[in-house]
Amino acid sequence: MLNDFFILMKFELLPAVIFFVLLFIKVGTAELSNASIIRLANILLFINLVAGFFYNKDGGMFGDMFHTNALIVLQKSILNLGIFIVSLQAEAWLRTHKHVIEFYLLLLSSLMGMFFMISGANLLMFYLGLELATIPLAALANFDLEKRKSSEAAMKLIMSSAFSSGLLLFGISLMYGTTGTLGFAQLPALLNGSNLQVFAFVLLFAGFAFKISVVPFHLWTADVYEGAPVPVTSFLSVVSKGAFIFVFASVLYTVFKPLADTWYHMLFLLSVLTMVIGNLFALRQQNIKRMLAFSSIAQMGFILIGISGSSQAGTASAVYFVLVYVFTNLAAFGVVALVSAQTGKEDITDYKGFHATNPVLAWVLAIALFSLAGVPPTAGFFGKFFLIMAGAAKQNYWLITIAALNMIVSLYYYLNLVKALFMDANASPVPKITFGVYAKLAIVICIAGMVLSGLASVVYEYIYNLSTGF
Amino acid sequence: MFNNINIALVPLLPLASSILLGLFGRKYIKNAAGIIGTAALLVSAVLSAYIAYEYFFVAGKIDNVYQPIIAMQYNWLQFTPSLSINLGIIIDPISVMMMVVVTFVSLMVHVFSLGYMKGEERYATYYAYLSLFTFSMLGLVISTNIFQTYMFWELVGVSSYLLIGYYFQKPSAVSAAKKAFIVTRFADLGFLIGILILAFHAETLDFQTLIQRLTDANSTQFASSASSTFLGVSALTWGLTLVFMGGAGKSAMFPLHVWLPDAMEGPTPVSALIHAATMVVAGVYLVARLFPIFSFDGAALTVVTYVGAFSALFAAIIACTQTDIKRVLAYSTMSQIGFMMFALGVSGYGGENGLGYMAAMFHLFTHAFFKSLLFLGAGAVIHLVHSNDMNDMGGLRKLMPITHISFLIACFAIAGIPPFAGFFSKEEILLSAFHANTLVYGVALLTSGLTAFYMFRLYFSIFWQKDTEVHDSHGEGPWAMKLPLIILGALALLAGFVPFSSLVTADGMPLETHIDIAFSAAPVLLAAAGILLAMRLYKKANETPAKIALALGGLYHAAYRKFYIDEVYAFVTKKIIFNLIGRPAAWFDKHIVDGLMNAMASVTAAFAGLIKGLQSGKVQQYALYFFGGIVTLTILIIYWW
Repeated sequence: MLNDFFILMKFELLPAVIFFVLLFIKVGTAELSNASIIRLANILLFINLVAGFFYNKDGGMFGDMFHTNALIVLQKSILNLGIFIVSLQAEAWLRTHKHVIEFYLLLLSSLMGMFFMISGANLLMFYLGLELATIPLAALANFDLEKRKSSEAAMKLIMSSAFSSGLLLFGISLMYGTTGTLGFAQLPALLNGSNLQVFAFVLLFAGFAFKISVVPFHLWTADVYEGAPVPVTSFLSVVSKGAFIFVFASVLYTVFKPLADTWYHMLFLLSVLTMVIGNLFALRQQNIKRMLAFSSIAQMGFILIGISGSSQAGTASAVYFVLVYVFTNLAAFGVVALVSAQTGKEDITDYKGFHATNPVLAWVLAIALFSLAGVPPTAGFFGKFFLIMAGAAKQNYWLITIAALNMIVSLYYYLNLVKALFMDANASPVPKITFGVYAKLAIVICIAGMVLSGLASVVYEYIYNLSTGF
Repeated sequence: MFNNINIALVPLLPLASSILLGLFGRKYIKNAAGIIGTAALLVSAVLSAYIAYEYFFVAGKIDNVYQPIIAMQYNWLQFTPSLSINLGIIIDPISVMMMVVVTFVSLMVHVFSLGYMKGEERYATYYAYLSLFTFSMLGLVISTNIFQTYMFWELVGVSSYLLIGYYFQKPSAVSAAKKAFIVTRFADLGFLIGILILAFHAETLDFQTLIQRLTDANSTQFASSASSTFLGVSALTWGLTLVFMGGAGKSAMFPLHVWLPDAMEGPTPVSALIHAATMVVAGVYLVARLFPIFSFDGAALTVVTYVGAFSALFAAIIACTQTDIKRVLAYSTMSQIGFMMFALGVSGYGGENGLGYMAAMFHLFTHAFFKSLLFLGAGAVIHLVHSNDMNDMGGLRKLMPITHISFLIACFAIAGIPPFAGFFSKEEILLSAFHANTLVYGVALLTSGLTAFYMFRLYFSIFWQKDTEVHDSHGEGPWAMKLPLIILGALALLAGFVPFSSLVTADGMPLETHIDIAFSAAPVLLAAAGILLAMRLYKKANETPAKIALALGGLYHAAYRKFYIDEVYAFVTKKIIFNLIGRPAAWFDKHIVDGLMNAMASVTAAFAGLIKGLQSGKVQQYALYFFGGIVTLTILIIYWW
């Protein structure tokens, strides 16, 4: 029994252990240099990632508050991978930062929150996990202490999050009021689609939509992404969003299955809005982080299409897309982080002629952009293709057509950036960026992921076999 | 039987050379890059010739019918239990034919580029791109399923983007590359949706199963695709039409052709490869690949017919007005592909009715040789003159005899003069159109005449007319450039004698064809008239009537009459055809069709500007939108859905 406890909660316990190790180093007397702290933290995160693959078991605990299964294990491992890459990429920025350990403490608490949320089998548990995942993020957004924009981003994040959490909690209370339970197992039988329940559901839905930046609940995204330090932005855009997508899909498919007609319409409407508005805003952006922020909003629209398929392929394609998105977006943000850390340049025009001075980074960014745009044979293409394929099962050709049109629009601004990288002349291009072993490792992982997770079919098939639909 | 390793090597060798040159070409093996790329392609070409021989004459026939052979099949991804995505190699008449054409033309271009691109700074990169393109194109033609086709289709798009934008220092090249990529991607979205529709109804992506299920009126899959409708048209027709849209984008059919003329910014040998022989015929190949379904459905095939016929005529008219030699060739390519398309469109499936299909494939085959020859010849000319404009040229026949002769052969071939290659294939196309559709036949006949006219206008402007002073002393260029011209010239002369109708047909059975002199008379005479007209107008420059009168004295009257005829010709062509049809057509092309594409972009941008107020930066406003979203959704759900 005790043995089971450790195995079932392994994913939550490991970050907690790492958290305390780092905390003791912080309060202890030993004066460690930044470099050795970063090394230690990365090693621990790597162990955390690897340990996740062994000794897993399905099961529930705490009177059905907590459950885990093979798909959840996979999802948590994807997030572990994401946080490991983020940590590798943060090295360039943390090297000279005063509060290295705090960065990791906050990051780990947020990760733990996400894990509890994914494993939550009860709306209360889910809510607690969500708050634990969110509040450290606001502190992280403020981590460039001397920058005004960073503080502004943190303020915006915490205010918007508080607002969305309030409404989410309101939704949960109404849900409890109409059904008398919060357990995921009991809820479906008690959902009857009454107006009050629908309203409660919309509030819950909006809470998720806020976290994964679905239009019109996305407005915080660009401001926060722009202001926050780049590693935090990449964490927000990849790991945090990934976690919420996992929960979103599973909650819709299991708990709110009786309301499937309702949420299908909502997903349809919101995915169209999200793709269109995300892309249109991305078209106009001058700041590369804002451009990536809006493009990531548009990407969420595609995920909603996959989820709307409400089949096994729907779950599988969404999880698969998140995996691909981890590699792709982190590759893009990784390059942006390096450039930003060493030169402070973040405008698209600064990237003109980037290839002339930094051929390797230019190619990495270009491959990532092609993958985001969904150009074969990069993994991004397969991700999008599977999402659309899963969504097409509903035979909603309008949705498919709009999605395909949006792929063209997005291609336009991604290509514009590629053009700037390779083809535009610049009198004073970004100087040669030097990057250390951490950044190199991150780049290798991302590139390998972008190529292999697309071409190696086992990846998708493995995810598919773990997924469920209805 | 076949050695499958040999077959797999055909695409893999160019891939290997591309990776090798891409990774190490710049630093280590820069000067050997051309040789490495060419050697790899040479092996590929020999292998595919051998495969073609094996298939057509040894192993391909069972009971006198050519059977498709799946040389390799690998279940690559199981999307859902009922839908898998495979990677494989299909060997059937059209894929073998395409393999030969692609590797051969690519080899010629590789060899030609040894001379043409010599001394370029990014020489190795160029060869890496060229090999990558060849690999993608080969992957496309050997695909066993529509998903694999789509992947390679996009890869072809990417590699052609790289090649067109090769001279990235030139802003026009960059914007042309981008335009080509985005316009074809726009068409590809149709293709993608088409695939999704077909795959959804047929529950397979595999070509053979797809064809089998969707051409069987009793199958459940056919019933589902024919019965579900969208905007009053059956899902099957939608699917096929959208797939054709993808093909039309790559094959530069009206109105998705706007990228092709601009794409001429790429290096000229690239145009010979991409815009003559390979990528642009991918659309024709795609329709041919799915031909049984197209011919079973009929409605989509009608679209193919009229789009093809219109594009053929439209492009031919515009070609008459262009002065950039590569643009003339670009429009002529579009026109010839229009021929192939409508030939497919008017074709039936089996037996005698399958003439159009056979003719389209035959024309694809012969066109690949003479059109790549024309482009390479144009490349040689540009290499010498350093200009694309035919006004800067003239009298080059003395300076470049080999280019001159081979170019002339290609012009005869495209004009459809017997016994050059184009004559045979064009005859079959005209014959099939004649039997099927009088309107299309009329358009085709007119276009043939125009083709002869504009090609010889090009020919005389380059090689005759005035003498040009050329400052370079390198003459025609090295043998690397001359040899491909000679080989392709020979093929443009002889390829028509290939017994094509017994090799490549819609149903795999040999087709009896013969050349009917009475039928051939009209198009050949029309072509001859076009050539003579071009000769009168363009062979010699600036001959004024006064000079003629002076020189010829007693023959004044005759000369006068001649001039008078010239004047009528000139009036008819220059004033009426050019000003009333050609210029407006060119204008329409440039402003309306191009403009429509640009307008879509600016509408998008304007709309983006309109909604930017949404993103004000004020958190309280964000909360308001957030709450507004919730309220709207609730109201929508409760009162509407």
